[in-house]
Amino acid sequence: MKTEIISSGFGGQGALTVGKFIAKAAMAEGMHVSWLPAYGPEMRGGTANVSAIVSETAIASPIVSSPDILVALNQPSIDKFGADVKEGGLMIINSDMCPDGTTRTDIEIIEAPMNLIAKEMGSDKVLNMIAIGMIIGRKNLIKFETIEADLTAFLAKKNPALLEANIKAIKKGIELGKK
Amino acid sequence: METIATRPKSLTDLQFTYCPGCLHGVAHRLIAEVMDELDMRDNTMGVAPVGCSVFAYKFFNCDMAEAAHGRAPAVATGMKRARPSMHVFTYQGDGDLAAIGTAEIIHAANRGEKITRFFVNNAIYGMTGGQMAPTSLPGMKTSTSPYGRDTDDVGFPIKVSELMSALEAPYYIERVSLLTPQDIIKAKKAVRKALLFNKEGRGFSMVEFLSTCPTNWGLDAIESLEWAKENMLPYFPLGVYRDKSVEEA
Amino acid sequence: MGEKVLMKGNEAVAEAAIRAGCRLYFAYPITPQSELIEYMARMMPKVDGTFLQASSEVAAINMVYGAAGCGRRVMTSSSSPGISLKMEGISYLAGANLPSVIVNVQRGGPGLGDIQPAQGDYFQATKGGGHGDYRLIVLAPSSVQEFADSASDAFDLADKYRIPVMILADGLLGQMMEPVEFKPAKTEAELAELDKQHLDWAMYQNKPEPNHHHHEINSLEIDPHELEKHVLKLDQKYKLIQKNEVKHEEYNVNEDNEILCVAFGTASRIVKSAIDQLKKEGHNVGLVRPITVWPYPSEAVLNAVSKNVKKVVVFELNLGQMVEDVRLAVNGKVPVDFMGKVGGLVFTPEEVKTKIEENL
Repeated sequence: MKTEIISSGFGGQGALTVGKFIAKAAMAEGMHVSWLPAYGPEMRGGTANVSAIVSETAIASPIVSSPDILVALNQPSIDKFGADVKEGGLMIINSDMCPDGTTRTDIEIIEAPMNLIAKEMGSDKVLNMIAIGMIIGRKNLIKFETIEADLTAFLAKKNPALLEANIKAIKKGIELGKK
Repeated sequence: METIATRPKSLTDLQFTYCPGCLHGVAHRLIAEVMDELDMRDNTMGVAPVGCSVFAYKFFNCDMAEAAHGRAPAVATGMKRARPSMHVFTYQGDGDLAAIGTAEIIHAANRGEKITRFFVNNAIYGMTGGQMAPTSLPGMKTSTSPYGRDTDDVGFPIKVSELMSALEAPYYIERVSLLTPQDIIKAKKAVRKALLFNKEGRGFSMVEFLSTCPTNWGLDAIESLEWAKENMLPYFPLGVYRDKSVEEA
Repeated sequence: MGEKVLMKGNEAVAEAAIRAGCRLYFAYPITPQSELIEYMARMMPKVDGTFLQASSEVAAINMVYGAAGCGRRVMTSSSSPGISLKMEGISYLAGANLPSVIVNVQRGGPGLGDIQPAQGDYFQATKGGGHGDYRLIVLAPSSVQEFADSASDAFDLADKYRIPVMILADGLLGQMMEPVEFKPAKTEAELAELDKQHLDWAMYQNKPEPNHHHHEINSLEIDPHELEKHVLKLDQKYKLIQKNEVKHEEYNVNEDNEILCVAFGTASRIVKSAIDQLKKEGHNVGLVRPITVWPYPSEAVLNAVSKNVKKVVVFELNLGQMVEDVRLAVNGKVPVDFMGKVGGLVFTPEEVKTKIEENL
């Protein structure tokens, strides 16, 4: 089993972190993982994106050209990668920032106004956690408990309020992700 | 029989390879004498340049590194950081220090590396055969300024001690001359201060020696001393350009 | 081995270098290796090491020369344009027999090029680059784990042969995160041992006669006969390294291979993906991946050209550099074909697969 993910958005939306938390959690669950960011000026302006792979076997090429999952936090992400998503794959769309959406009908789509939801939860910072939750809710890729443990270790002392918001956002994502 | 002078033990037994009338030998000896007097030899490492004094690594009787052209301050930085308890000096000429190695010297000085720089300024490239140096005087004829240094074309001689003293970090900077016996005695005092400050770990110190090059100036030893006094001393004023020990006292 | 951590290649190699006893690091910022210099800036003070941001790559490599002359484990890193600037110093390090480690996180060239992954510095790394007859040991990792492991290998080889060792990575390996398990950090006792290994030639605390030493760190031999001796001695060392230190990996190499691929570093990973896909479709394709690109695993390449191999295909992220070494190794036994990708772009497994299929 190998799952290839592209996560993409404006710089600051946390697209790269989506890939990182999934890769970290999958690693903790004993999977092979890789995380390859598009780097350079793109980080600071247009679309920041990352290729992440979770696999039961060793990963040869870390480059994702046809993702199983596309996390599109803004419209340019759909414009750039939407057509590459594998048939039957999954596209997660932040409808607040994707006015044109996608024309694909051969893939699963989870759509939600993530900016609005994040704001309701008290912090724009948790927007990307909703996307992680959606992946957990829809796909048998990583467990909620693994990511919860990772976040707790990282944030429990440093910023308990943010930890709570993150967990809440992931749970909301899981709910939205379930069919 | 009473011994009144011996070879400093900070010099090896090798015979210097310098031209007759060249003052590198004097500068070497001053440094070595002071190393002996301050009992520093066994805690000292040096860096030799590219230029006439390239073989300085054979002449100083301590561990020595031979650096690429102009890179002595960077090499010395690596040595000082690798062996912080050791005292490190470099010995460089004007082409090495003030042309190809300008970036290295300025940044080592600006960091206040706790090393000593001995800078021998004779206004010409010696080893490669008398080409124009960054310190060649206006109008001075060299093999690459055959019509005289044209300041409209290639600018003015760089005053290194003045330039370095514009930086905050250097601890001690003095320009001395090797042109008369009296000057040599004063020069030794400057070497002593520089190496003492180094020994005490106070900061970056530099002594600039005004020197000669009879061979490439096309003069004999005496004439070259006179030429330097007449032409170099007015342009490169002797004196202390920085001494933080005075400010501290 | 400790637990696995998810880390960028640039940070992993820095951490591994510190664990291997590197306590001096001099460098100048350049993309895509900036995480490496930043990691060193954060971590070196914590182990009482030296981190110094030099005024240029030229200054940095000469600081390496000074520290290496003192016999201590020292490293610098850069990316292609910066490595070009270091070439002068690298030639001096080689000429003066100085152990040292240089990391090149390659990017697209020539000139300023771009900042995306490339393998265009193969010639520079393996055939000289600086002036004069000299060699570097050049390690070409292909994963973050191997990038990290190459740090301690590089220091060990550098110390063993008194030679500069280059780790030839690229922007992808530098920027990518993968799980890494680090070797345990050297203990204080081991570090003390390291400091003793070069006392016969390095610069360090001296003693009065008769135990006084006068060590010269030097690459100058003005007498041609002396220089000849010096260079021939270097050559003996290089021959010994060629005999003892060649390393490669074989992937699906067997007697029934139809095609043999050769690729190093990042490119080899893409080739592996293509080989896996071809296997599913019933084609038997092997890969030889040089791990040392100097010394080059010529014998391994030749030996892997088994009876059914119709062609050797070389894949590189350049216009064809290592392919010359492959041609020398294969020596006309079968044709050697090449596919390159330049501009900082990386070929896809599909593109590689198509190229192999053309040759089946």
